[in-house]
Formats: sequence, C-alpha cells, structure tokens
Amino acid sequence: MSRLEIRNLAVSVNTDAGEIEILKGVDLTIESGEIHAIMGPNGSGKSTLAYSIAGHPKYKIVSGSVTLDGRDLLQMSVDERARAGLFLAMQYPVEVPGVSVSNFLRTAATALRGEAPKLRTWASEVKDAMAALNMDPAFATRNVNEGFSGGEKKRHEIMQLELLKPKIAILDETDSGLDVDALRIVAQGVNRAKEMNNLGVVLITHYTRILRYIKPDFVHVFANGRIVEEGGAELADELEAKGYADYVSK
Amino acid sequence: MSLLTTNYLTPTGREEAWRFTPLKRLKGLHDATAVIGDRQSLQTIAQLPAGVSFTHENLDPLAPSDDLIIGRIRAASSAVSHLSIASKVEVGQPIFLGRTSGALDTAELSRVRISLGAHAVATVVLENTGDTVLAEDLEISLAPGSNLKFITVQEFDSKSVYAARHHAVIDRDAQFQSITITLGGDVVRILPTVEFVAPGGSAELFGVYFATTGQFFEHRIHIDHLVPHAKSRVNFKGALAGQDAHTVWIGDVFIGSNAEGTDTYELNRNLLLTDGARADSVPNLEIETGQIVGAGHASTTGRFDDEQLFYLMSRGISLADARRLVIRGFFHEIITIVGIDSIEDRLMNRIDSELEKVGV
Repeated sequence: MSRLEIRNLAVSVNTDAGEIEILKGVDLTIESGEIHAIMGPNGSGKSTLAYSIAGHPKYKIVSGSVTLDGRDLLQMSVDERARAGLFLAMQYPVEVPGVSVSNFLRTAATALRGEAPKLRTWASEVKDAMAALNMDPAFATRNVNEGFSGGEKKRHEIMQLELLKPKIAILDETDSGLDVDALRIVAQGVNRAKEMNNLGVVLITHYTRILRYIKPDFVHVFANGRIVEEGGAELADELEAKGYADYVSK
Repeated sequence: MSLLTTNYLTPTGREEAWRFTPLKRLKGLHDATAVIGDRQSLQTIAQLPAGVSFTHENLDPLAPSDDLIIGRIRAASSAVSHLSIASKVEVGQPIFLGRTSGALDTAELSRVRISLGAHAVATVVLENTGDTVLAEDLEISLAPGSNLKFITVQEFDSKSVYAARHHAVIDRDAQFQSITITLGGDVVRILPTVEFVAPGGSAELFGVYFATTGQFFEHRIHIDHLVPHAKSRVNFKGALAGQDAHTVWIGDVFIGSNAEGTDTYELNRNLLLTDGARADSVPNLEIETGQIVGAGHASTTGRFDDEQLFYLMSRGISLADARRLVIRGFFHEIITIVGIDSIEDRLMNRIDSELEKVGV
C-alpha cells in the first residue's frame, strides 16, 4: 500500500512579469488503488500541480510538503522521484531525436529496476504492452515522440505506465486530443495498470468524457490554485451539467 | 629533410579564410617554419579487391586551390598516393586506408588521390590516428556514373595538427557521399570542397565533430555549382564541452549563373555542453541564377534541452544517463549513415568517453 500526501503546497513560477504564485495551498492524499480526478478550468494550476510534484525545474516550491510513503519527494531529483514510484504522463510528451523507443524504454526499465531486464523476457514484455494498446511493433524502432501523432504520444505514455509499474501515476490531460477509439484504448490501459499493479491514479482533466471509461473514486474541483470542492463520481456529473462558472467566480 | 618553400604569403589571421584558426598552434605549417619529414604514412589496411589499386605516382593536381598550405604541399611534392577503382568495378566491402607512422617534431606533406572510373561503386574509409603533424591535399575524382561513399575519421592523439583539403570533382551523374568525423587532435582544419563539372551529379556532405577542452576543429565547406542540375546537401553536427573547446563551421555554397536546376541545402547544428566553449557557424549562399529548384541553409547553436532531460529523468533515468542518451541521439542521425557497425560502435563509445573525460 502506497500513499502520496500533498500538504499545503504552494508553488510559484518566474515569468517576465515577475514571480507568480500558481498553487496556493493544495491538500490531497492518494492511496494505492484509488482514482482521483482533478477537474478544473484552463489556467487553474492543474498542470502546475502535476509538474511540480514530478520536479520540473521551472517551478519553485514556496511552502508545503509532498511525501510518498513518508519520503520527502521535494528533496529528491526528478529521477529519484521516479525511482521512488512516481510517474507523470505528460500532456505534451517531449521529442528526443535519435533515441529509439526501445532504447529509451530499456534504459528507463534498467534505471527503475536497478538492473537491466533480461533480453528475452523484455522483448516479449514490450511487445505485449504495445499490442495491448493497439500499437504497431515498428513503433519501437521510431525515435521517442518524434513525428508521433497526438494519439500515438498518449499511447506511448500509457505503455510506459504499464511497463514501468509505478506506485502512483499523475496523468496530465491524457484525454486531450484523443478520438473516441483512442480514448477507450488509453483508458483501458490505465484501468489495467490499476488492476494489475494496484496503481494509485491522479487523473487531471478538463472534460468529463474520460470518466466514462475510468471511474473515479474521488473528484476534486480545482480553481485558482487550490481545491475548491470535493466529492464522489457524482460531482463530475454536476460539472458536466453546470460547468466551472460557479467556481471561477468564487 | 627540407624546409617548406616560402614562395607563398604567410597568413596573418586577418584573412577571411584564416580568421578563426589559431595560427600559432599549426606547428609551422602555415608560415613555412615546419621541418618536413620524408614519411608517407598513408597505407591500405587489408589486401585490395580485384579492380582496385594503390600506387605512388606523379600526378598533376585535379583542380587549383587558393589555400596556401595546399599550395605549399604541391610545390614540395608531385608524388601522390593513389587509390584507384577501375571502371564498372563495384566493390562490396569498404576499402580501409590508415596511417602507419607519425611524428610531432617533423611535418608530413601528403598528396592523395582517390579516383573512381566510370560507373564504379565503392566505400572508402580513411582513418587518421596517432600523434602527427600532417598537411594533406586529398583529391577525389568521380568519373561519370560512379558512386563513392567516403568516410574520414579524425581520431588523432591529443597533440596532432591536421590541415587538409578534401576536394571532390564530380562528373556527370556521379554520386558522392562523405562523412567527416573529427574527434581527436589539437588543431584540425579540413576544407571539404566539391565542384561539379557536368550536370546530374549529387554530393552529400555529412559531418560530426566533438571538441573538448582546448581542442580546435574547423570545417570549411565550399560547394561550387557551376553546371546545371546538380544537387548538394550538407549536414554537420557538432558538440563542444570544456574550457576553450572551439569549433568552426563555414558553409560556402556558390551557384553560378548557368547552374539552373541546382538543388542545395546546408545545415549545421551545435550543442554547447558546458560554459567556456565556443562554436562559430557561418553559412554563406551566393546565387547568380534564379532558375533553381531550391537553395537554403540553417544553423543553430544551443544547449541541452531541459525539457528532453526532464522527460527522460521523469522515467527514472539519471541526469548523466539522460545527457548521454541525448548526445548519442543528437549524433545518431549522422553516425548511422556510416553503415559499418564496428565503426559506428567505436565512434559512439568514443563520444561517451569524451563526455566522461570532461565530466558532463
């Protein structure tokens, strides 16, 4: 059983206009096997939450704490956080020219497992993970995210989620830019990772569409850098009907 | 032993062609103070296949050169090491040339010719190693319809000086591909130059260089499109790390008034891995006709992409490994064109060890 605890997290970012505080005290606890949807309007700070937990250098922690199983994530480098069991599926996965998917995956698996995966079992592991997401095997020879369509990038993120087996995953707008078929396939991957690995999920989204395929245990409404409302799956239905207008004006 | 002839002007460093080069480190190649040894270091590495010969003969230059070091080499010697591939011979395996001797207290003036007869096909690898002072006039002659892949690897030891012109003369419908890799030496200055003498030819000039602390590597490309319907591509990628690592890339492309149908593009990308290094990159395009297919160039110099490193590290990969992946990836596009596994692996490992050396 793993637990990610975010306490009173305040985060700022440096801009041309000076330092701007984006997160203004976020409290959230995620345990293994739970799915938390974080919903909110654009610009509310949802992605900042994701990236600052993962350790992106652009964001400055002003106050608060983030721990995974009691270990202070904020004191760790980006790779140490991943090795501690954290995974971030990015909204805009980055192209890495000249580095093949298969080389990348193997390097990541080696880093996370502490030893290189055995060649034979690894090849079938990757093949199965790709097949489960309806990905062409030739995908492994392409360069990381280079020339990928939006849907391919997201499938590649979820394939990593299944292969690398983190304890807690933050999915940053994984649903954006996906057609219905791709959305279903990607959602099935997230559900599999939860069932197989007892994964805890933070699902960041603007829309309720993906919640038809991934059932949240908790829904948190995010506005102006903090959580302003919490509830169960029924809260998502309310948002679907009423939108975020009430929260933004608060 | 003899002294270099002094019938040539000595550059002062203010000339356009010499403005980047650290003249004092050329060990006298530029001002005729170098003492000339009588070695001829270029040798074939293995037995030559049928239709291929390697001889020493007296040959006139293929093309004039206004480079003063090339002028001095020609004035000093008419003897040329000549690798010749006969007409219609298609050589399946790469032909390897290497250096068997070198010295730092004397300089070698080398003249080399690689010639392909009509419709000959070959891959030639020239590996430069050891500690040496070497000035080289290397000319490549491609007869109509021939096809040469020319891989030149500069893996000199740390005190070496190499000043060379690699000049290709491309006849009708001939195809020339070169991959110039410069990783070792104190000062390396190569002029990869091309002239088309009949329509239909193509030239692809690829390059990789990695300069670390104190090294100076200059690649001064010049492509003359003086005939119609020739195509050229240039793509050089460089990385620099450490104090006073300095690289220079010049890409001169000239399209003459009768060179209609010319198609050319050149690209230079540099990755600055630490402070204290300097990459000069100067593309020049001169066009005298508008009747062309295309002409363009691009040059970029940047640092590690933080977003790439973040992405890799967010998958548990350490900073050192992430950097290694990004650099290998950066060079991969060009190294993979070599197409010879043993050389590709060796170059990638050399790049890794250069990185380790400077502690990136």
